[in-house]
Amino acid sequence: MLEIKNLHVTVEDKEILKGIDLTIMPGEIHAVMGPNGSGKSTLAYIMTGREGYEVTEGEVLYQGRDLLAMAPEERAAEGVFLAFQYPVEIPGVPNTTFLKEAVNAQRRHRGEDELDAMQFLKVVRQKVKELGIADEMLKRAVNVGFSGGEKKRNEMLQMALLEPRLAVLDETDSGLDIDALKAVADGVNALRAPDRSMLVITHYQRLLDYIVPDKVHVLAGGRIVRSGGKDLARELERTGYAEFATVAA
Amino acid sequence: MTTAGAQPFVEQYGALKGALPGVGLPWLAELREAGLARFASLGLPTPRDESWKYTNLRPLEKVAFGTPNGEAVSIDRLPSLLPAGASENRLVFVNGHYRADLSTLKSLREGVEIGSLAASLERSPETVAEYLGQIAPAGGAAGEQPGEQPLLALNTALSGDGLMLRLGRGAKVKTPIEVIFIGAATEQALAYHPRNLIVLEPESQAVVIEHHVSLGGGATFANSATEIELGDGALLHHYKMQAEGPETFHVSTVHARVGRDAHYDSFGMSLGSRLSRNEVSVRLNGQGANCHLNGAYMVRGKQHCDTTTLVEHLVPRTSCREVFKGVLDDEARAVFQGRIVVHPDAQQSDGHQLSKAMLLSERAEIDIKPELEIYADDVKCSHGATAGDLDHDALFYLRSRGLPERPARRLLIEAFLTESIEAIAAEDLCPAFLASIADWLKTD
Ligand SMILES: Nc1ncnc2c1ncn2[C@@H]1O[C@H](COP(=O)(O)OP(=O)(O)OP(=O)(O)O)[C@@H](O)[C@H]1O
Ligand SMILES: [Mg+2]
Repeated sequence: MLEIKNLHVTVEDKEILKGIDLTIMPGEIHAVMGPNGSGKSTLAYIMTGREGYEVTEGEVLYQGRDLLAMAPEERAAEGVFLAFQYPVEIPGVPNTTFLKEAVNAQRRHRGEDELDAMQFLKVVRQKVKELGIADEMLKRAVNVGFSGGEKKRNEMLQMALLEPRLAVLDETDSGLDIDALKAVADGVNALRAPDRSMLVITHYQRLLDYIVPDKVHVLAGGRIVRSGGKDLARELERTGYAEFATVAA
Repeated sequence: MTTAGAQPFVEQYGALKGALPGVGLPWLAELREAGLARFASLGLPTPRDESWKYTNLRPLEKVAFGTPNGEAVSIDRLPSLLPAGASENRLVFVNGHYRADLSTLKSLREGVEIGSLAASLERSPETVAEYLGQIAPAGGAAGEQPGEQPLLALNTALSGDGLMLRLGRGAKVKTPIEVIFIGAATEQALAYHPRNLIVLEPESQAVVIEHHVSLGGGATFANSATEIELGDGALLHHYKMQAEGPETFHVSTVHARVGRDAHYDSFGMSLGSRLSRNEVSVRLNGQGANCHLNGAYMVRGKQHCDTTTLVEHLVPRTSCREVFKGVLDDEARAVFQGRIVVHPDAQQSDGHQLSKAMLLSERAEIDIKPELEIYADDVKCSHGATAGDLDHDALFYLRSRGLPERPARRLLIEAFLTESIEAIAAEDLCPAFLASIADWLKTD
């Protein structure tokens, strides 16, 4: 599904990622943990095509294709989705309009018929109910005035509607109360499928109790310094990242 | 001494004066002569004039404008902003001449006068005389001067026809009064000078929609002037769509006097003309008087769009809110000059002003000049201005969800402008404004 090979990335002449190797097979869920500022969000943005990041070495293959050569919208339509650590507010654009535009843009790209207003509303109502989102959030402008937790739920709503092949969740669990955390985990688990992969960035073992990963990686100082099974998360919770400080330096 | 740029217009006055509305009325002839004398001595504004520093009329001076000969231009389809049946009163002016054949007026009732100014000058000149040139003094006829406005003086000299609306005490006209101004020119460039008078006596209410469009693709100069008197407790919603062709010049001067607890609510959308200037002066005259001056503009190419406002708080507890939003592409330029004057007596006044511009191209430019002159101590006044590109984070967010760049940009621009339409009270009008935004974005 995803193959990252020796990826080096600089931001404003500062090297942030210093040679990442990571392979995710179809159906797998990988967790990435690591200290603040270690480059986790940078990795997420590089995969979705945000401007301002320069790849100085290495490559990223998605379903065998050069992901880095694709425009952000193309990646999205091909099934790559990022749940943002800090979802963006868009004043003046109603959430429903945004969701419908997104769904239909991707359908167009894939040569499928667009959903009309009625069809879309039916789908969105169902998902909203499953995720425990208030209907009223659909009418408001995208993320404007949403609480931290509401923003994260809105990311999950988008993921549920867009049904990506590769979902990257950047700290979707941060700032969630326990019910919201469960709702997010249920949303993720509902999407689990043999042909769908996920990269879950988190600081907390707690999320991984609900979304059990196949592999856990520690990103520190721009490198993956350790990889292991789901138990690695529990161990990190106890020991912290102190031991990796030297490895990364 | 007549300045060079003014000379052709002065000559036009000589040729036209026998055919202008209200001919034969001595007081009006006096008013016109005074306007002409004033215009002749001031000349066309130049960037040396403080209030014209950023808007240069040289391109206008270079065009040889003729005067419309009143010949009936055939109009196939009226460019109405309202759905059929939404308005009972529609007035159509072509090159400054009233077209009864295209207009619809509901039979008038007691206390409601809606029609053309020329008709009122024939029927009841004394009521017109009470206000015309008095709210917007340009010929030195009245005491207080709002500053030098040569183009208003020119309008006073040459003013053609326009809307006359007078509502008696307590009269309420529920459906919008639509006034369509069509500039129709082909090879011969034409100048015309619409003049509107709106008098709302205490507690009366109206909605007026001005729609300015072009036909024929030729160059026109529409030099419009509007005087508005709002009695105590009166309410006027005043909407305007300025969508004239790319070869046109549009200058509009509005003067409004707002009485005790009266409300003047104005919103203008500008997307037409190579050069447009909308100048609004409001005198908040009675306690509790309130105004909203809002606007949106969309310009591209080499278009130039000037918004100039003056709000005078003359008595206590007066308030005003101004929000102007614009989108500029290519080499377009915008000007926003907003002056707020709080006079010494006007305690507990409230004045807020905001200009937000979205610059889509590096060559687009906006000049912003806010001026607050506050002579009272217990007031709340503020101004703010922003100018910048689209929000890059929002753009990336949309693209990361699959929206290609162009539709994503359009969605953001549309959202930016749409916000300013949400405050429009005449619901029937909103679809037309929204459609104009969508159309503008489509022709990008
Ligand atoms: N646009 C930028 N300009 C300058 N530095 C940047 C920029 N973006 C990221 N960085 C730097 O890159 C480093 C990695 O940032 P990144 O956001 O990827 O960290 P992270 O692992 O996601 O951290 P956190 O756990 O706090 O979310 C940080 O030192 C950050 O300051
Ligand atoms: Mg991060």
